[in-house]
Amino acid sequence: MSFINYLSREINCKIVYYGPGLCGKTTNLQYIYNRTNPNAKGKMISLATETERTLFFDFLPLEIGEIRGFKTRFHLYTVPGQVFYDASRKLILKGVDGVVFVADSQMLRAEANTESMDNLRINLAEQGYNLDTLPYVVQYNKRDMPNISSVGELSGLLNLQRVPEFSAVATTGEGVFETLKSVAKLVLTELKRGAA
Amino acid sequence: MASPQMVMYEEEFAQVQAVTDRLVQDANARVVFVVDKNGQLISASGDTGDIDTTSLASLAAGNIAATGGIAQLLREQEFATQYHEGVTQNVHIQVVSSRVILVVIFDNRTSLGLVRLRVKRANEHLTRIFEVVMAKTQDPFQNSPFAEITDDDIDNLFND
Repeated sequence: MSFINYLSREINCKIVYYGPGLCGKTTNLQYIYNRTNPNAKGKMISLATETERTLFFDFLPLEIGEIRGFKTRFHLYTVPGQVFYDASRKLILKGVDGVVFVADSQMLRAEANTESMDNLRINLAEQGYNLDTLPYVVQYNKRDMPNISSVGELSGLLNLQRVPEFSAVATTGEGVFETLKSVAKLVLTELKRGAA
Repeated sequence: MASPQMVMYEEEFAQVQAVTDRLVQDANARVVFVVDKNGQLISASGDTGDIDTTSLASLAAGNIAATGGIAQLLREQEFATQYHEGVTQNVHIQVVSSRVILVVIFDNRTSLGLVRLRVKRANEHLTRIFEVVMAKTQDPFQNSPFAEITDDDIDNLFND
């Protein structure tokens, strides 16, 4: 749910990074945080366990510029990927404007990817959203790892709707900003469409 | 879309700000925030100088969301009020008309009783204001800034 403030001339939108445990959602946000101009970002908040697994969410506010005099801000959130944190994932999806699904390219994680994708659909539907109509992109992360599935295979399994898709190595930043820009653009285009 | 966007116009924004400004004074609080349930900061009053307001808004919303989840498990409608007691500072959190969150940060210059009393009155005022905000937001004839935005505007945002 976007928030528009006419007095401070701001538009705020919410993007959620979703995906199986250890697929690199937090790493995406950390890379964005480290590579963004200090004036354009707020503090990154990570609610994590002692072993640095996401417990509730990571949060990063990001300002990307002005459209027609309105400061455009994106609030980036990650969900906890581990299966048993489902209740938390549902909460974080509330009010979402756009979703990035981060898949783990390693062959061994194929099942975890599809499970997480099914879970995303179910949890969105519970909130009244439909993944087929929501601004949404897919990222195939960990392309630098051994024993990975081809992008074609991953795409055939996870991207049946043919939304924009990106190969990535979040630890080095490859594909990270391309993914973010793509979903941000889809969100703004959808808001424009809704206003027309 | 499952939940409509919230649009805050100057008139209502000024009214919300007036309520929170007054609450700071009446409750002798340090800071008062109004936050959307999705974590967007709507207004802030008082001594906000050294507080990261954006992060605070997101965490307060996360807090309310988590408590709402517990309420659902217990088949309770919602836990509309929360209180966190610290060594030198305390936080009182109130859900207003199931829509926004009123956060009051206070220290030992005041008391929980006074804060509760003043929050109750502010809650009533804010409820009325946000009824108007939501009615305006859902009115299809209200102008949205997005209506005038072109594809080029969006593209320009992402040109490095």
